[in-house]
Amino acid sequence: MSLITDIQKYSIHDGDGIRTTVFFKGCNLRCTWCHNPETQSYKKELLFDEDRCVGCGSCVPVCPSRAITLERGKAVTDRKKCTACGKCTDYCNLNLREVAGKEYPVDQLVKELRKDEMFYEESGGGVTLSGGEVMLADIDYLEELVKKLHHFGISVTVDTCGQAPYENYERILPYVDTFLYDIKLMDSEIHKKYMGTGNELILSNLEKLSRDGARLYIRIPTVKEVNGSDEAMKAIINYLLEKNIHVTRVNLLPYHNTGSGKYMKIGKNYEGADLHAPDKEEMNHFVELFREAGFHNIKIGG
Amino acid sequence: MEEKGMNARIKALRQLSLDTPAHIDLTRAISETETYKKYEGELSIPELRGQVLKDYFATKQLYIGDGELIVGEKGDSPQASPTFPELCCHTMEDMHVMNDRELISFKVKEEDYKIQEDTIIPYWKNRSIRHKIISNMTPEWQASYEAGIFTEFMEQRGPGHTVGSVKIYEKGFLDYKDDIQKSLDSLDFMNDTEALDKKNELEGMKLACDAIMILGERYAAYARELAEKETDPKRKEELLQIAANCDVVPAHKPQTYWQALQMYWFVHMGVTTELNPWDAYSPGRLDQHLNPFYERDVEAGILDDDKALELLECLWVKFNNQPAPPKVGITLKESSTYTDFANLNTGGITPTGENGVNNVSYLILDCMDDMKLLQPSSNVQISKKTPQKFLKRACEISRKGWGQPAFYNTDAIVQELLNAGKSLEDARRGGTSGCVETGAFGNEAYILTGYFNIPKIFELTLNNGYDKVAGKQLGLKLGYAVDFKTYGELYDAFKKQMKYFIDVKIQGSNVIEKIYAENMPAPFLSIITNDCISKGKDYNGGGARYNTKYLQGVGIGTITDCLTAVKYNVYDKKTFKMEELMQALDDNFEGHDRILNLVRNKIPKYGNDDDYADDIMKSVFEFYRNEVTGRPNMLGGKYRINMLPTTCHVYFGDVMLASANGRLAHKPVSEGISPEKGADTNGPTAVVKSCAKMDHLQTGGTLLNQKFTPSVVAGEEGLEQMANLVRTYFNMDGHHIQFNVIDKETLINAQKHPEDYKDLIVRVAGYSDHFRNLSKALQDEIIERTEQSFN
Repeated sequence: MSLITDIQKYSIHDGDGIRTTVFFKGCNLRCTWCHNPETQSYKKELLFDEDRCVGCGSCVPVCPSRAITLERGKAVTDRKKCTACGKCTDYCNLNLREVAGKEYPVDQLVKELRKDEMFYEESGGGVTLSGGEVMLADIDYLEELVKKLHHFGISVTVDTCGQAPYENYERILPYVDTFLYDIKLMDSEIHKKYMGTGNELILSNLEKLSRDGARLYIRIPTVKEVNGSDEAMKAIINYLLEKNIHVTRVNLLPYHNTGSGKYMKIGKNYEGADLHAPDKEEMNHFVELFREAGFHNIKIGG
Repeated sequence: MEEKGMNARIKALRQLSLDTPAHIDLTRAISETETYKKYEGELSIPELRGQVLKDYFATKQLYIGDGELIVGEKGDSPQASPTFPELCCHTMEDMHVMNDRELISFKVKEEDYKIQEDTIIPYWKNRSIRHKIISNMTPEWQASYEAGIFTEFMEQRGPGHTVGSVKIYEKGFLDYKDDIQKSLDSLDFMNDTEALDKKNELEGMKLACDAIMILGERYAAYARELAEKETDPKRKEELLQIAANCDVVPAHKPQTYWQALQMYWFVHMGVTTELNPWDAYSPGRLDQHLNPFYERDVEAGILDDDKALELLECLWVKFNNQPAPPKVGITLKESSTYTDFANLNTGGITPTGENGVNNVSYLILDCMDDMKLLQPSSNVQISKKTPQKFLKRACEISRKGWGQPAFYNTDAIVQELLNAGKSLEDARRGGTSGCVETGAFGNEAYILTGYFNIPKIFELTLNNGYDKVAGKQLGLKLGYAVDFKTYGELYDAFKKQMKYFIDVKIQGSNVIEKIYAENMPAPFLSIITNDCISKGKDYNGGGARYNTKYLQGVGIGTITDCLTAVKYNVYDKKTFKMEELMQALDDNFEGHDRILNLVRNKIPKYGNDDDYADDIMKSVFEFYRNEVTGRPNMLGGKYRINMLPTTCHVYFGDVMLASANGRLAHKPVSEGISPEKGADTNGPTAVVKSCAKMDHLQTGGTLLNQKFTPSVVAGEEGLEQMANLVRTYFNMDGHHIQFNVIDKETLINAQKHPEDYKDLIVRVAGYSDHFRNLSKALQDEIIERTEQSFN
């Protein structure tokens, strides 16, 4: 079974219509600007909003691993000792502690996701599986999940970075309506610098998915310093054309730093502080580049 | 701000309406006192009431403002507020309070203090309905009323809560006089024991017909007089047309679109001057009523869309010129606003069940969008047959953030009315008025009797019926919190207490109904309400075709979370003991951080589509509904419920100590059927699903507030999904939903710097209000309402 960090209803920027998005935990990329850092690790993690801690000490004695101490008026958790058992979360009087990563038996998850069926039907929405990297989740679990959702007539969209074995895609392909497929950079070396790995597998998976008839929304997180240039955009465009990728929609997603606060909660530093979104004019210009190359359906944002 | 449709005339009229302070106008009270002194004992009571209206309309100061195309004011000028001493005779202290208070003040002219003291008070002090009510209520009623268990609508304002039907445009008051005469002619003095009462009532109606026709004649003459003096030829022509309109209406039925609007306004003045009924009076399905006139005039080439819109906007100004009658005391607390709740239903379906959206419907939306006025409260009716274009246009206006239009589910409303025994056609002609109340327009007296504080009753249940705030034994002695060994025992005690207070409230209301029926008939309102003329009976005496009394439940979110918190922690999981909880409540949770965290953050809550909490909501709702619904009222109809608060959730919270869901002492309880503030953390779909588990079709209206940050509804997707959210809620039989789309930051700034945000309008309950006119407690409450957002 895989871990899930969040189930977010009324998601209206993760595919078509009103959707419920499931965030799976665990990812093989390490994008500098990742706005869901709590979904990178495959293990449960403690989230702790240290800034607001008043050092009341209620959590200290309840930790079975004795991982919490009071230092300078704040509770400090020794991450090496913490097993993310969650005991302390019931004792933080300000509700500043939570555990990221929860197990859901498939049937329980399906039941939860079916709650908004009426909204999906009215709006042409459904369920979006995201993360982390959902395609690296337990594939038996995932296959069972999408089969069941499909059985109940619920549209499934998969939001993926592409860095997963193609066999996994093949297994769920018959039950998935749309893939939100991230492309960041064509230059594999720079890709490695910002994402922690090269882009070879990502591109080959995209080609195969296109070949196998998947409906694809290409999503390009656009960061001024990384791919916010004519050169980088044109490289992507040329690649899509050359490989004859069948693209239903292109979303240019301007960089945002709303996830930066979460790094502190898991005891990490945000490395993306120096990154920026291209300005509005530049974004419109990139849209124009795609349009000139013959793409239709291009959008800024999700 | 975009003001595409507002021309210079409308801008000026609108600005005058906004800039003029509300003020007391004693002319009506003086005239009424003279009429009573002259005729009391000589005329029957219905005739006396007709005579009061006639004498006032025959002598009152007329007003035709610069540029006005629709004429008529209740008092001497815009924002003048007549008083109604026969209902509520203001004391000298009241007069000073109304003049001096910071919010919802009414300026009193210096000379009027003396008139009130020397003329009005001596005559009305012991005759007013308010005096009669208070002196006829039981000690149990008095104690419960004073402690804030329930409020009483009729103690300062008359019953009304009603809406005009198409009838207004099909007949003139001369025609009504004929109808009344026919009814008089057919009275059976041989066999009918009520024949004399009917005669008196019908004679009263005749006087009321005369009253409004005199007003029309006087306005026609006055407009001609002004035209005579007018030097601008264009305005001269307008004044002459106004005069010509007033030659036709209200004596005859309207012939043109313009006259139809003027007819409505005469009727509105008649109803709201005769008495000060709650929710003023409403045009209801104005788009459908106007459309035949609109089409005919357009066809004839005497009207185009610009002119049609301008005339609508002139009517809007008229609504906004009438502040709600001045209120004091508890009645002010439950309805703390200048808004008088006149409401119109745009869209919906026709009496034969077809899509009711027409060209005038879109003009009304444009008018709303241009005017951005508090009054009239404007809503849209959405049925399965409503075109998506109309719904989206309404969403487009609503997402601008000022709370209008609100969205109502026509199909649910029709079913609610059918459930309450209306015919299919009457149900289709019906709709909602006031905040969200369902009624059969033109055929029904559906009277709100008061708000009912459900969470307070749980507070009493935990304390053996003793009210720690009032320091009084109010409820039944059924034991203390620690005595209840199971959740079932506790819940049973809560139900018994609830039944007890419903009994106290309804017994009181039954007496009050009789007081109104005998002392305060409303012959004018009776003329235009089916079937008062044919029955020879008054609106306030059961003359309407249908007679419903509503009792409005408040705080379903708070009570659900309180019961859930106790069940989950004390009985199911045993995370703390009842003694500990009671101590925490007594201490307002100070020093009880753990318990506060557990009840606030670690339990299932209403508004998250979680059956643990939602089943408790259903149970409370069903008990309340069953206890109230079907009880007979004194007019031959039944009691029913709705779930709405106006501003009463603030008052009801103020009379309470801390509650088991972590709500601190004296903070507002939840409003409408919305979840407790901050309790809904699963997004708007979960909120509407929780709300839809309540059986709306068994109510006479429910109110759901949804607050969005502007980013959620931005762009085409935001608009599209907002419309889908409305549709889906309505597919689940939800009755009503309204949106506040304003950043929390904006509201906080507006609280700090009201001078910079004079125009900021927010949705409060079933109506919008200027943020600056709200009490601090209510402002805080709106700021803290959960914003639905996402990344």
